[in-house]
Amino acid sequence: MTHVAVEANAVGQIVQPKKRSKRREWAERILKYGVLVLLSLTYLLPLYWMFSSALKNDMQVYVTPPVWLPNPAIWENFTAAWNKMPFTRYLFNTVVQYALPATFGTVLSSAIVAYGFSRIQFKGRDLLFGICLATMMIPFQVTMVPLFIIFKRFDWINTFRPLVVPAFFGSPYFIFLLRQFFRSIPDELSAAAKIDGANEWDILTRIILPLSRPALMVVALFTFMGAWNDFLGPLIYVNKTDQSTLAIAIQNMRNALGMKGIGKSNAYPYLMAISTIVTVPILAAFFLAQRTFIEGITLTGIKG
Amino acid sequence: MNKNPPLRRPFLTMERRNLLVGMLFISPWIIGFLLWTVFPLISSIYYSFTFYDLLRPARWIGLGNYIEIFSRDPEIANVTYNTLYYVLLGVPSGLTTAFLMANLLNMKITGRSIYRAIFFIPAIIPAVVTAMVWGFLLNTQYGAINGTLTSMGIPVIPFLTDPQLAKPSLIMINMWGQGTTIVIFLATLQDVPRSLYEAATVDGANGWQKFWNVTVPMCTPVILYNMIMGLIYAFQDFTMPYLLTGGGPNKATEFFSLHLYRNAFVFLRMGKASAMAWILFMAIVLLTILLFRTSGRWVYYGSGSD
Repeated sequence: MTHVAVEANAVGQIVQPKKRSKRREWAERILKYGVLVLLSLTYLLPLYWMFSSALKNDMQVYVTPPVWLPNPAIWENFTAAWNKMPFTRYLFNTVVQYALPATFGTVLSSAIVAYGFSRIQFKGRDLLFGICLATMMIPFQVTMVPLFIIFKRFDWINTFRPLVVPAFFGSPYFIFLLRQFFRSIPDELSAAAKIDGANEWDILTRIILPLSRPALMVVALFTFMGAWNDFLGPLIYVNKTDQSTLAIAIQNMRNALGMKGIGKSNAYPYLMAISTIVTVPILAAFFLAQRTFIEGITLTGIKG
Repeated sequence: MNKNPPLRRPFLTMERRNLLVGMLFISPWIIGFLLWTVFPLISSIYYSFTFYDLLRPARWIGLGNYIEIFSRDPEIANVTYNTLYYVLLGVPSGLTTAFLMANLLNMKITGRSIYRAIFFIPAIIPAVVTAMVWGFLLNTQYGAINGTLTSMGIPVIPFLTDPQLAKPSLIMINMWGQGTTIVIFLATLQDVPRSLYEAATVDGANGWQKFWNVTVPMCTPVILYNMIMGLIYAFQDFTMPYLLTGGGPNKATEFFSLHLYRNAFVFLRMGKASAMAWILFMAIVLLTILLFRTSGRWVYYGSGSD
């Protein structure tokens, strides 16, 4: 995507006929960077507070003024917090039972549907696509209750099926994203393949998908992260402690540690340690695939 | 095809073949749409006219739930006020800050991608973590902010424990997590043609005039988009208030979505919850229509490149 790389619209810098005074230029620069740095520090503060508090003992938590550099830094908090509850089990639930199958299902089904919506011309297609987009407007709350009743009938409550099975039927948001991408692939490629006797399925799997790796990465990454971060879904449908996801487990941990009183030792450091552990993979994914994130968001956002 | 037409047109014309194959490709969505959207929507309408507690079969009570919600539920006035407050104050203030921050990032600066990353990261952090960290950060006794204030002799600010401050605090926390909106705005700003700014400069416009007469109009379609998305999101926001304040203090953050959740999964009033969901849905639809109706007056679709 080009616009990310484009430099700022050097407002007034290019055609400005007369030179601005040096002093004014410096004042502007200091103001600009001052605001930027201040805002950045504000934005980073909560994350730094989380990480630094994970390394504290109770003495360093319950003290004013607050401790910013824990000394001693207690790195054992991470393992101690992890072992406080069966977090390895929760990690397994989150990744293997929920995030991976949901990601697989979403990528597969959304790609197939997006192909139908973008590269096959048929009657009523655009109307159906409009309906598909419109469903994104429906609040979760409207379908939440009937879906709960349906899943209860299926005996799916307290399993991950309510969260995984619907993922295999395409997600409107990602269908939209992939359709945008598929449309940018030249039609001549499909036409040439058709002359060689390829059918639509061959074109999808041999031409379109290999060319769409970045877009598929966006879908996979966002779906996986969505599942990793999801709270409301598991809260409603998976209400059993040994089936908890990490997100649910953090809430359970807070409630178990009895944050209201000071009685329980290391409540805050443990809570912050687990929060850090759950956040780090997200941060790692962001730094490894920063461009994918930004492009994915602008791809859907702009043309909306 | 050729000069002598066949006696009978083949059944599988190109058009029909495409329709068949096309429908086949989109069939996962169609089946999912029927199963997970249409059927639940219809049954939700039905349930909204019944008394249903999951234990006994649903009993038809006509408009009973709606009458209860509008006239007999003592919570509803407070819940509606809180939600409207949250939407009408939270969405514009969030949009404004996101837009200003995107403009800041769009200036001639070195290290743009670093600042952009810093502003974006909070948006992808799990909501549960955001709630835990901010809950701790804003704690009146051990939080970093109040701890610092106390040590400087400034009185404590009860961010989440004062009914007056709880909603503004939630709005502030949401501002921390709106990196997605900032990124969308930034991409839009970078797409504004330079020539417009150059022309404005030639006409003698200063920075402020360029902002109001070039930048803002060129961004209005995306502002409208972000406004609608923000509106939809704010109306149904559940996770943050549920985790951070649980509706308190003194029900100051008991939003429509929380009240609905409690009715469904705590009081097992599935019928009433369905009715509430439809009221919420209609409110969102109405406000969206209203926004679109008025958008003609302030949204500029000049370039029409799309």
